[in-house]
Amino acid sequence: MDHNHELSLKELQQQYHGSLFSYLKGFLLSLLLTVISFVLVITKAIEGRNLIITIVSLALLQAIVQLYYFMHLGDEDNPKWKTYIFYFMIVILLIISFGSLWIMYNLNDRMMSNMPM
Amino acid sequence: MEGNVYHSKNFTTNETINDLHQDTFSKTILGFWIYLMTDCILFATFFTTYAVLHDGTFGGPGAKELFSLPLVFTETMILLLSSLTCGMALLAAIKSDKRKILILLGCTFVLGFSFLLLELHEFKTLIDEGNSFSRNAFLSSFFTLVGTHGLHVFFGLVWLVVLFFQIIIKGFNTITFRRLVVFNMFWHFLDLIWIFIFTLVYLMGVI
Repeated sequence: MDHNHELSLKELQQQYHGSLFSYLKGFLLSLLLTVISFVLVITKAIEGRNLIITIVSLALLQAIVQLYYFMHLGDEDNPKWKTYIFYFMIVILLIISFGSLWIMYNLNDRMMSNMPM
Repeated sequence: MEGNVYHSKNFTTNETINDLHQDTFSKTILGFWIYLMTDCILFATFFTTYAVLHDGTFGGPGAKELFSLPLVFTETMILLLSSLTCGMALLAAIKSDKRKILILLGCTFVLGFSFLLLELHEFKTLIDEGNSFSRNAFLSSFFTLVGTHGLHVFFGLVWLVVLFFQIIIKGFNTITFRRLVVFNMFWHFLDLIWIFIFTLVYLMGVI
């Protein structure tokens, strides 16, 4: 049976996709998105529901930025196992999260409780 | 690449292809990525629980009264910066610059430790004022979610110290490089989760 071809340190280092420029881009973008979120909430520049939608969108955007620039998701050679597994995790996460929220919301509704929440 | 490489079969075209990803490094990275994905699901359940229970203050103070945005902003900046220094340590590792690796890992540790101190201070204040884990459902879910993240940071710091000394004592080689890459993944992951904590818990709490 063939045994593993272990990669040397040099080969490992060559495989790597990062660069200072890309890390800085990711850092600055994340910084910007964070600051915008905080400023919007502190100054109340947007109202209620729209504010929530905005900061959640900013959070998702920052997550994508960090996933790409810091965690190099999507940068890997084919087959892109990391990406596929990531998508699978998202599916499971959405089922668990939205499923639970849906059930709990329904339960709450049906309880018709007069207790202050 | 010839010789000692695993061969996989392409079942459509029936040709044997060289699968270059059977080395220890690739397997470790992918395995650790899968672990991080399960950790995402863990945090998702804590977030969901917090979403259900965050209004359950049982008459006590809620998010608006208890959360301090300046503190959270500081924590966020510290963690984000530590993510950058961690990435830069890996870049130094690619250049095999051992001194730079250690300096940047040291910076990462200082930042991570500061984050933890701030968070512990926040928790201590809450508990001292009677707003502990057991006061109401809101606080139970809050401490579980944010506390678990903090616990991850703590273990990350322990790992960082061990890795730091491993690089010094064992030197910088294939194995310590791999461990540094894996640590990087973990540390970036913690910042990823924090994005959702500061947005969904703290920012949404004060709206």
